Amino acid sequence: MRQELHRFFRAARGAGVRVSPAESIDAMRAVKDVGFSDRGILRDALLLTLAKSEDEKQALGNCFDLFFSQPDVKDETASEDAAESGGAHPSPGETQTGGASAPSPELGELTQMLMARDRNAIAAALANAANAASLSDIRYFTQRGIFSTRILEALGIARLRDDLDALTASNPSEAERLTAATEALRENVRDTVNQALLLYGREEAENLRHEILRNAPLARLERRQVEQMKVLIRAIARRLRERYSKPRKRQRRGHLDTRKTLRRNAAWGGVPFLTSWKRRHRDRPKIVALCDVSGSVAQVSDFFLLLIHSLHEVVDDVRSFAFSGHLIEVSDILDNKSPEEAMSEIMSKVGFGSSDYGGSFADFEKGFMASVTAKTTVIVLGDARTNNLDPRADILRRISERSKRLVWLNPEGRMAWGWGDSEMPRYAAFCSVVRQCATAKQLERAVSDIVAAYQ
Amino acid sequence: MFDSVEDVQQRFKGARYIASRRISTVVYLSERMGRPVLIEGPAGVGKTELAKTLAEITNRPLIRLQCYEGLDEAKALYEWKYAKQLLYTQILKDKLGEVLGGAATLDAALDQLHDFGDVFFSKEFVEPRPLLQALEQAKGCVLLVDEIDKSDAEFESLLLEILSDYQISIPELGTIAAVVKPTVILTSNGERDLSDALKRRCLHLHIGFPEQKLEERIVESRVPGISQSLRGQIVGFINQVRALDLKKLPSVSETIDWARVLVLLQSSELDHETVKDTLNVLLKYEADIETTMPQVTSFVAKAGRQGVFG
Repeated sequence: MRQELHRFFRAARGAGVRVSPAESIDAMRAVKDVGFSDRGILRDALLLTLAKSEDEKQALGNCFDLFFSQPDVKDETASEDAAESGGAHPSPGETQTGGASAPSPELGELTQMLMARDRNAIAAALANAANAASLSDIRYFTQRGIFSTRILEALGIARLRDDLDALTASNPSEAERLTAATEALRENVRDTVNQALLLYGREEAENLRHEILRNAPLARLERRQVEQMKVLIRAIARRLRERYSKPRKRQRRGHLDTRKTLRRNAAWGGVPFLTSWKRRHRDRPKIVALCDVSGSVAQVSDFFLLLIHSLHEVVDDVRSFAFSGHLIEVSDILDNKSPEEAMSEIMSKVGFGSSDYGGSFADFEKGFMASVTAKTTVIVLGDARTNNLDPRADILRRISERSKRLVWLNPEGRMAWGWGDSEMPRYAAFCSVVRQCATAKQLERAVSDIVAAYQ
Repeated sequence: MFDSVEDVQQRFKGARYIASRRISTVVYLSERMGRPVLIEGPAGVGKTELAKTLAEITNRPLIRLQCYEGLDEAKALYEWKYAKQLLYTQILKDKLGEVLGGAATLDAALDQLHDFGDVFFSKEFVEPRPLLQALEQAKGCVLLVDEIDKSDAEFESLLLEILSDYQISIPELGTIAAVVKPTVILTSNGERDLSDALKRRCLHLHIGFPEQKLEERIVESRVPGISQSLRGQIVGFINQVRALDLKKLPSVSETIDWARVLVLLQSSELDHETVKDTLNVLLKYEADIETTMPQVTSFVAKAGRQGVFG
């Protein structure tokens, strides 16, 4: 049973529950104490020792149910415990319904089992074969075929085929029965492999999918990927929050403030009972974001705004502006509405025009220049394609002079900067940083750098 | 201490605490494995009560440490009795003169003083705070660290030594280990996420709102003299209130309070007048009361039907 528990721990990790070695030792001890007799108590004990949050408990509970409903496991316990009848076995064969003639001795072991419809023996053989093929190493759905083949080989499918050939010649009706049984066996193997994939492969598959998603260009996502991307962006936001909201307290304290300490302790003749410390002054980020929402860049801006507005704990003050033909402030819309509603409202107000950078910068200077102070990081997100209108780089220079930093994020690759109507090189002169920002990974890095600059 | 999970359940029931099987399992396991228990869940579902009851049925004292922001070593672990130290040095001044009288030079006096030992940093001068007290109990105890999520992250790290090894280190005295390992129970309302290091050392239990049947049994054991029909109606009503979008959902403690109030008012049936008058026992925000008020009549009717047919 220890083997079984170890496999369960691996399955639990596959289900996204982080099981450390120490916790697995705990679980072993707990199981030793409560025993296996009561399935409910066993389940509770594992849930108590392994899962450390509500979500994890849910995931682990599902994993437990799936794991211990595995066909091979059920029949293993059945063979240990005679009372267990194992009615949930997916094999279509009923227990020896009669009519099964005694198998001829020259047939292979597997053939004999199938002909005799010895369910327990088959299940045991299947479990052994699965172990031999190290089925718990399965990670990706593409490996299903190879694992099925390996298990069937370990079961002795080659010998079965020979037997089948021989029987077809000598006893056609028996051969038919064997063919049906073989089909059922294949089905069983397929089920076993699928279940194993569900148990052990989930996390890897998820990681792979995330990795692909992180590197996919944001501007060209498929519709179903958009939902997943939102989840991913939320995860990124959580990560950034965790990284940058914590160490603030400790770093604040600087050197001993000698003068202040002496002054405070004058009453005790200068004996320093109370110390005072210099405080290192640290600003929390203030961000002004200008986002191009014209056709080509809209999707990236979407995700960028979503990310920056979910960083409330880290970022003090965000003001966002969206523009294509002209520029409006969208902070309130983003703060008060759900992401979907906010995006569609912004799009209906300014989206989908052809972009006019010069005009939009002029709008910004006229209306909102006061929001840029020496503590502000200004972020412009756009492809700098001005449609051959006046780029008004002079306004960008003034913004740059007023602000702490000016960061330009461009979804286009460096190769395209300066080609056609792109004014990137002219704008770049006034920016502290210009970086490409086309995928979730680049987005995360860009935002992380901006926040880190204040630490 | 306990023979089995059922034994735990029975003895808790004897102390008028209706423990679900999961709660009993965690208590049983923590006693057997010597592990602390971390209990999470909304306010008022009986997290603190569990610790109190455990102390009661095992005949051990309950030592409680209420956490808050800014809680530190000096308030949780131990502190030196500075005043006593000062007083003793004053009183012993003359004695010191005698002891040091023989020394000719300052160096010699210092040497003698060293021989004297660290009398002023001995156990006599340690003021034990809850955590140290818990380790010093001769009979063992139940240590309740309440609302750990309210404390700072630094305090959590401070707890780790106690939670895994049942000992604490005082620089001047060395390591003090527990006489008898206490049962440690930590509670959290989930205000912030606790560190993985802390979670790893604990058995983790989540207590949510109980099912209708269980809640009825809880009310039965806590509020004597309540009729069965009223009990059913109260629990049915509260379960409907919990389905609303409220700031603070009524939990078990509110159910019990409300049941007591209704018994005091000698109502035998739930009617919407009484409910409206006593809704403030159940709901703690004006906005919540306003949300619930228009629904009261239909909820009462439904709860009444449940009482008859259910």
